Amino acid sequence: MKMTMTQKIFAQACGKSEVEAGEFILANLDIVLGNDITTPVAQDAFERMEAVTVFDKDKVVIVPDHFTPNRDIRAAMQCQKVRNFALDQEITNYFEVGEVGIEHALLPEKGLVSAGQVIIGADSHTCTYGALGAFATGVGSTDMAAGMAMGKTWFRVPEAIRVELTGKMPKWVSGKDVILTLIGELGVDGATYQSLEFVGDGIKNLTMDDRFTIANMAIEAGAKNGIFPVDEQTLAYLKESGAKEPKIFEADSDAEYVREVKIDLATLSPTVAFPHLPENTKRIEDVEEIVIDQVVIGSCTNGRLDDLRIAAEVFKGRKVKKGVRVLIFPATQKIYRQAMHAGYFDVFLDAGAVISPPTCGPCLGGHMGVLAKGERAVATTNRNFVGRMGHVESEVYLASPAVAAESAIQGIIAAPGTWTKEERS
Amino acid sequence: MNQAFCYGDHIDTDVIIPARFLDTSDAKVLGGYCMMDLDPSFVEKVNPGDMIVAGENFGCGSSREHAPLAIRGAGVTVVIAKSFARIFFRNAINVGLPIVACPEAVEGIESGDSISVDLTAGIIKNETKGCEWEMAPYPPFLQDMIDMGGLENYVKQQKEKQNV
Ligand code: SF4
Repeated sequence: MKMTMTQKIFAQACGKSEVEAGEFILANLDIVLGNDITTPVAQDAFERMEAVTVFDKDKVVIVPDHFTPNRDIRAAMQCQKVRNFALDQEITNYFEVGEVGIEHALLPEKGLVSAGQVIIGADSHTCTYGALGAFATGVGSTDMAAGMAMGKTWFRVPEAIRVELTGKMPKWVSGKDVILTLIGELGVDGATYQSLEFVGDGIKNLTMDDRFTIANMAIEAGAKNGIFPVDEQTLAYLKESGAKEPKIFEADSDAEYVREVKIDLATLSPTVAFPHLPENTKRIEDVEEIVIDQVVIGSCTNGRLDDLRIAAEVFKGRKVKKGVRVLIFPATQKIYRQAMHAGYFDVFLDAGAVISPPTCGPCLGGHMGVLAKGERAVATTNRNFVGRMGHVESEVYLASPAVAAESAIQGIIAAPGTWTKEERS
Repeated sequence: MNQAFCYGDHIDTDVIIPARFLDTSDAKVLGGYCMMDLDPSFVEKVNPGDMIVAGENFGCGSSREHAPLAIRGAGVTVVIAKSFARIFFRNAINVGLPIVACPEAVEGIESGDSISVDLTAGIIKNETKGCEWEMAPYPPFLQDMIDMGGLENYVKQQKEKQNV
């Protein structure tokens, strides 16, 4: 047998002892996810499929997080449609405003994801759950509908790129810098149709939150999924969240990979992706003076407790530069409460930042902080496409919470600590 | 006259249909905003039967099925690109928007050229320049799905089988 970790999960999910890259399979699904943008479209397809009830009301998860709290009347109608469906179908895991969080932070936190599962979500960042050793990928609404109707969907078994992480990150470098560096190397389509399989002794030095950030952006290299091996940290996380019994898969020692990439974590610098593609990366020491208007800290990429802790460490006792707007949006209610109790909110408020309820809001230019013409933002989100956060002539620079916070204070893109070309070479 | 509208590499779903318009899933309505952030004149100039021709990684970014829906809603019948992003590829097949990966054809087509595509015969013709290309067939599994009329019909058939 020469299977990658992803291929092993697939073999099990379609009841075979072996699968190979390029093969088409029909796999059983453990979770089918949708949000307030993609679920209405899936509902229509579900109806056209003449499906009546979902295959398993515990395995369909619906998270209205994008335009909530309802942005306007049209969003309200859309959310109403989703709510009616969820109540009608008695969906166990439907989360109303008040308990909702950004889906990709919420599902792991609620224990809905476990290692070895096969998960599809009508949202491209569903790949986040690979951090827990699950196969998870983004699909469209028709796929979501088919998944809800049958509990199965089709996949092409992917090839994989092996990403070996070694060493330990310097202070102020985090998961975001790892994944931006990797995307810079692979390009935004460098892993299209393929898995990114992370291995190596550097993984033990990454927190779960680092791993979520890294897996979250696998799609930004075009990958089908990104996946981490299951270690003690993963098991501890799964236990704490109350997840189902993990099924642990490991790649065979002779598994075949289309490409290998090595990253020594100790050599990384805080990294920034320039507009308008996540692959346009620069190490902080190569970034010229760029004046900014807004800073956004949050999202499914970097809205977890670790991220807020790092931002608070940078903001502590300092003030946001006059003229810069800082929006902090914790990804879930639980994270919100934890950050509040840890005293981070006082730090943010003293610095002059605003704290938003959990929502996707500004990340997709939806609401709660849209950019005007010509404005520049440093965001801890995952996409910097044209018009992503507002006006088509606005610009988004992707970075870690540490860089975002320091930039907010200085008013230009900057990282805490000293990063000079000489020191890093 | 089926006109080609040519665009570059990495055309992402945020420019195909910006997120601010995602509060509807009506293909016609979405079609009215298609490509707006990249080429505001597109929706004025496009006619039913026209084609989008693009470079590498067309449809990258979000999983929104609104992207192929908007393209279809604008009247476009086929997208030809050098390559497609994974989720977009899947969505297009699932919603019945024909997409063709053919780098050679993309190189030989300019905006405004008159193009015809015969999906069954697998031929792309540039009527303006007088050249044609063959396109690679889909893998059998996908061809079956397309023949069945997409994923919706596939599920319907499966459900019927279960009920019998
Ligand atoms: S936070 Fe942004 S990237 Fe994440 S699910 Fe929401 S809109 Fe998508």
